[in-house]
Amino acid sequence: MDVIEIFASAGLWGAVLRIATPLIFGTLGALLCERSGVLNLGIEGIMTFGAMIGWLTVYSGGDLWTGIMAAAFFGALFGLLHAVLTVPLGLSQHVTGLGITLFASSLSYYIFRLSVPLASSPPTITPFQPIFIPGLSDLPFFGPALFSQTAPTYLGIALALGLAYVIFRTPLGLAIRMTGENPHGAEAQGVNPIAVRIGAVMAGSALMGVGGAFLTLSAFNSFFPTMVQGRGWVCIALVVFASWRPGRALLGALLFAFFDAFQLRLQNVIGAIPYQIFLMFPYLLSIAALVVMARRARVPQALMQPYRRGER
Amino acid sequence: MRIERRPHRPLSLIVLSPIIAIAAALAVSGGLIAIAGANPFVAYGLILRGAFGSILGFTEMLTRATPLILTGLAAAVAFRAKVWNIGGEGQFYIGAIAVAAFASGSWIAGWPPVLVIPMAMAAGAIAGMAMLLVPLGLRLKFGVDEVVTSLLLNFVALLFVSMMIEGPLRDPLAFGWPSSVPVVDAATLPKLIERTRVHIGLIVAIGLAFAIYFIQARTVFGLQSRAAGLNAPAARFAGVPWVRTLVIVACMSGGLAGLAGAIEVMGVRGYVASDLSPGYGYSGIIVAMLANLHPIGVIAAALFAAIMFVGSDSMSRALGIPSYIADVTVALSLLTMLVSLFFTQYRIVR
Repeated sequence: MDVIEIFASAGLWGAVLRIATPLIFGTLGALLCERSGVLNLGIEGIMTFGAMIGWLTVYSGGDLWTGIMAAAFFGALFGLLHAVLTVPLGLSQHVTGLGITLFASSLSYYIFRLSVPLASSPPTITPFQPIFIPGLSDLPFFGPALFSQTAPTYLGIALALGLAYVIFRTPLGLAIRMTGENPHGAEAQGVNPIAVRIGAVMAGSALMGVGGAFLTLSAFNSFFPTMVQGRGWVCIALVVFASWRPGRALLGALLFAFFDAFQLRLQNVIGAIPYQIFLMFPYLLSIAALVVMARRARVPQALMQPYRRGER
Repeated sequence: MRIERRPHRPLSLIVLSPIIAIAAALAVSGGLIAIAGANPFVAYGLILRGAFGSILGFTEMLTRATPLILTGLAAAVAFRAKVWNIGGEGQFYIGAIAVAAFASGSWIAGWPPVLVIPMAMAAGAIAGMAMLLVPLGLRLKFGVDEVVTSLLLNFVALLFVSMMIEGPLRDPLAFGWPSSVPVVDAATLPKLIERTRVHIGLIVAIGLAFAIYFIQARTVFGLQSRAAGLNAPAARFAGVPWVRTLVIVACMSGGLAGLAGAIEVMGVRGYVASDLSPGYGYSGIIVAMLANLHPIGVIAAALFAAIMFVGSDSMSRALGIPSYIADVTVALSLLTMLVSLFFTQYRIVR
């Protein structure tokens, strides 16, 4: 198999959408938080907790969608904790977010270990199955490449478009953007910046939780510690790459997933290079994206600036 | 009801804040232990007995505290100048692998330890410095937030170490998981107490904490690094060489984290494997925050974390409570510490 054959294989394109899905949810979640002015570095831990609680819900008898809802609910709960500490109290968003990540991930390992005794191989569940779309899924090449995904993948793509609409075309989106650009101005317009920020961080964190749950409920069928593998941090980089726009976030996640799927297949073609070089590629790519976009991106002006009424 | 800045910060509150924070974290974790079906007081008693009840437990706790002091200092030094070094974990591993590369060949085997030990430590520290200068350089040159880049580089560093221990530095005699060739005897740190694992790295770590305290409190550079953190524009206006200060701070921070990895290899393991660190780099951030970035406080905070980690291992064996409860408690204490520090500066008024 050579490089051309990799591009021509439907498997590659199917994998792109699959790899992109948790990144789409995570990036949209982080983007929503940052549009309101709050950096949420809790993302890595919230995704881990989402992966764990989603899996645990299904393992103990729940429906797959109940698992997704549980991940969203607990994501929002961690979001509330982050928001309470960083918005009304105005604590450092960097340090608080890292604290949330460390807390949420160690708590998910604790709960997992408590509910599932040590076993040689982690117990599994039946994950989401690909949706068969009559007509489209039978198409040669395009069928397996684009139309053999599970439901959450389609949901993620729809969500990106929906979020773009909400942010740029609705009064709620305007309130969120105003709060992220100039909370004092927003307050003068009758918007409560504190409430908007808390709401946006909770909603964004719910999306992060769902992104994590996709890993255990669709991409794999079991939970193991460290399975999120820095995807949360990649999402934070993708938000910058996307210049805080949901449409570009979708594009960025797909582009990133393409490189990831491509390097996995390239490993088989080029045997002489250690596989770790290929695995470094996604992280280095994220750093490169940050370097290229850092000066160009339009950062929300009040990002990471706590808002206190009557204080400037 | 609103939040108001205190006119002055009472010293008693500053001193009490870590104690209140740890008590609050222990209370929440106690709830988690109770949910799991055990008595939290019994569990905490067993944790204390695990860390202090025997010579073995006590020395093991000190062994565990050694890398935590160093990674804690690494974070504290950087955060004070608002260099957000979250890459301690990666720097730890790069420092460790540098020692494995430097101090494992037959060419160095005949050298005296007096020479090999400082050189190997320096190799680890320099590797850690280099690892942090990349994100700092990207921040100064391109304005990229070093939080995300230093986090992402942790994964790159781990993959690099994995590549080395499966490739050029692989120990052909090791069974099972891949590990690096062992370091020579001359690079092995002497033990503090015979037949235990505690080694002179502990003295090095405590010595460095005092040295950094002196640098921060008594030298021009210490003042400049604090000024650069408190108010960068004002510091630059006042003539602080801002870039140079940040570069030196990054060298100290990366160097300390790299040294932590080097000392762990030279003092405890003797070789590098991919499970060398149970997250020392990340725990270092918590240790630094619990210490309110004070270098001497870092020693105390590292001891607290080490008591939790070592003690919960034996508590877990006795009660069947997952030892992850230690990670939960330590992570929680970071969040409670942030809140309790907040209330040293602000108060709620009606």
